[in-house]
Amino acid sequence: MAQMTMIQAITDALRVELKNDENVVLFGEDVGKNGGVFRATEGLQDEFGEDRVFDTPLAESGIGGLAIGLATQGFRPVPEIQFFGFVYEVMDSISGQMARLRYRSGNTVNMPITLRSPFGGGVHTPEMHADSLEGLMAQQPGLKVVIPSNPYDAKGLLISAIRDNDPVIYLEHMKLYRSFRDEVPEEEYTVELGKANVKREGTDITLIAYGAMVQASMKAAEELEKNGVSAEVIDLRTIAPLDVETIVASVKKTGRAVVVQEAQRVAGIASQIVAEIQERAILHLEAPVLRVTAPDTVYSFPQAEEVWLPNHKDIVNKANEAINY
Amino acid sequence: MLKRKEEVRFLKRTNEKFAEQFPTFQILNEEGKVVNEEKMPKLSDDEFKDLMTRMVYTRILDQRSIALNRQGRLGFYAPTAGQEASQLGSHFALEKDDYLLPGYRDVPQLIWHGLPLYKAFLWSRGHFAGGQMPEGVHAMVPQIIIGAQYVQAAGVALGMKKRGEKRVAVTYTGDGGTSQGDFYEGMNFAGAFDAPAIFIAQNNRFAISTPVEKQTKAETLAQKAVAAGIEGIQVDGMDVLAVYVATKEARERAINGEGPTFIETLTYRYGPHTMAGDDPTRYRTKDLDDEWEQKDPLVRFRKFLEDKGIWSEEEENEVIERAKEEIKAAIKEADGIPKQKVTDLIGNMYETLPQNLQEQMEEYKAKESK
Repeated sequence: MAQMTMIQAITDALRVELKNDENVVLFGEDVGKNGGVFRATEGLQDEFGEDRVFDTPLAESGIGGLAIGLATQGFRPVPEIQFFGFVYEVMDSISGQMARLRYRSGNTVNMPITLRSPFGGGVHTPEMHADSLEGLMAQQPGLKVVIPSNPYDAKGLLISAIRDNDPVIYLEHMKLYRSFRDEVPEEEYTVELGKANVKREGTDITLIAYGAMVQASMKAAEELEKNGVSAEVIDLRTIAPLDVETIVASVKKTGRAVVVQEAQRVAGIASQIVAEIQERAILHLEAPVLRVTAPDTVYSFPQAEEVWLPNHKDIVNKANEAINY
Repeated sequence: MLKRKEEVRFLKRTNEKFAEQFPTFQILNEEGKVVNEEKMPKLSDDEFKDLMTRMVYTRILDQRSIALNRQGRLGFYAPTAGQEASQLGSHFALEKDDYLLPGYRDVPQLIWHGLPLYKAFLWSRGHFAGGQMPEGVHAMVPQIIIGAQYVQAAGVALGMKKRGEKRVAVTYTGDGGTSQGDFYEGMNFAGAFDAPAIFIAQNNRFAISTPVEKQTKAETLAQKAVAAGIEGIQVDGMDVLAVYVATKEARERAINGEGPTFIETLTYRYGPHTMAGDDPTRYRTKDLDDEWEQKDPLVRFRKFLEDKGIWSEEEENEVIERAKEEIKAAIKEADGIPKQKVTDLIGNMYETLPQNLQEQMEEYKAKESK
């Protein structure tokens, strides 16, 4: 097995699927010759040719439309939106078009599109680059939304996403791209979409997170352990559809939960999870289900970014609040 | 450096030059006389008659659709009378394997492309079966979001190019649509990829109520092709032969790898924007309506066919009667299709139902069984 960063695992998954299926095409701004601004598509144009891996003009709506059109011709498009903060420019293609075509065509048209995009805070990007906008996507019926937290999952989830016949929004947290390495098998494998992963077993409280907040939650769990609190950590991996079964089973066992998201608080994924828990497990709860999120502002300028972003200390504090309720 | 005042004058002159550069292409004048012998298409008498048949049939379909809508027997409907030459002349230049991306007013092209009439009625009524294209009918469900079909057409065309197929993607919008960002993005993408696409804007002069003069400072819409570096042409959209030839030539260029074309057709919709309460008397004068009815595509082409001695009142009446009968039968067929249920909708969201929809499916099955 090889040691890979998350970005290497993503490139590897793209290579596997380009090899497996001649209908897979990769495109976006600077993904061809340049290999993407983060090098996610590094070397792929050389290996598979300009017909399969290519640059587009600079227009996100055009990229979305191109993906839909190619999908009608039997391709399996993997467009890249350079930064997910630019998603507003392609919202109609995503929410108005690809998410609805299965229904609008009476289940006769597949939209096997995997739209990849980097997002997430902590790397001091300019404005409009780092926002956590996954909630906008999760609210749109017809889409699946996948957010890996580590290199192993990143490869397996991306391969599953590309093989899926419905549109998948695949979001790559920039801070995770090169922050650590994992054992990643060189052969192909899949990680099932819509299935959460219990990263750490525990008995006193459940920490539910996704993306970069999984690491923060694991770190929080270690600290809690020192004070004799046994925390279970769930990595959602897919936020739409949610793996409600895994979440509820864990909370029934621990009786307490803290839901962690990097996004702002209002109308987020965490709110949805809190609602699911109270509807399905209220009599098992020893304390209110609490949330750790960013404040309800627009994304911070870089100078205040570190405080704005939730961290493992916030999670520890919130977990103690639930324990001592 | 130019002084500011001169600079402004220079830009204005440039714009005027564009108007000269995009003269209105015409083959038949308003009297049905050939004014452009050189461009006269080599169609057989049967093909000429087929074109007329399609226009007459579609005019009747429009009249019947408006009546059915008023009786509450159709849903959403955007009237088409006045635009038959633009819609059907362009479609007549296409092949069965070409891919159509229509706007919501472009249901006639879909029908002539192979969408059964009863399905068009189901689409109007808001039934998912209206979007199910039969095997071998290559088309997108009519677009609601103005301009979105343009960016998709670039993708369809690029797909055809990658497959090495001799097919084209053809999409339609109106004059209002040319103000959208997607309008330019679609043409620019197709141009950059040299993809076999034909972009058509039916300039019927009004986007609901807003006149084309308020859409843009550009004197023609056709000149908007220049910015994308693709072919552009302005066509008399009431002249079915001119529209046919312009589209046919665009198709030839596209399949020969010469890239996309943008076609502006000058036309007019006689009726309201849609049947959902629009009142054109609020924004159009009777004089303008009369002026455009003088250019009517059916009247003009009928004169041409009669001069050739290949069309008669009896033949036209036969088409009208056939249209009426087929429309009646299609409505009956549409009436026979069970109404769409919420459980149909739930079942059509994903290839496999996720947990939340599985639960909601059970909930709505129970509701619907009551």
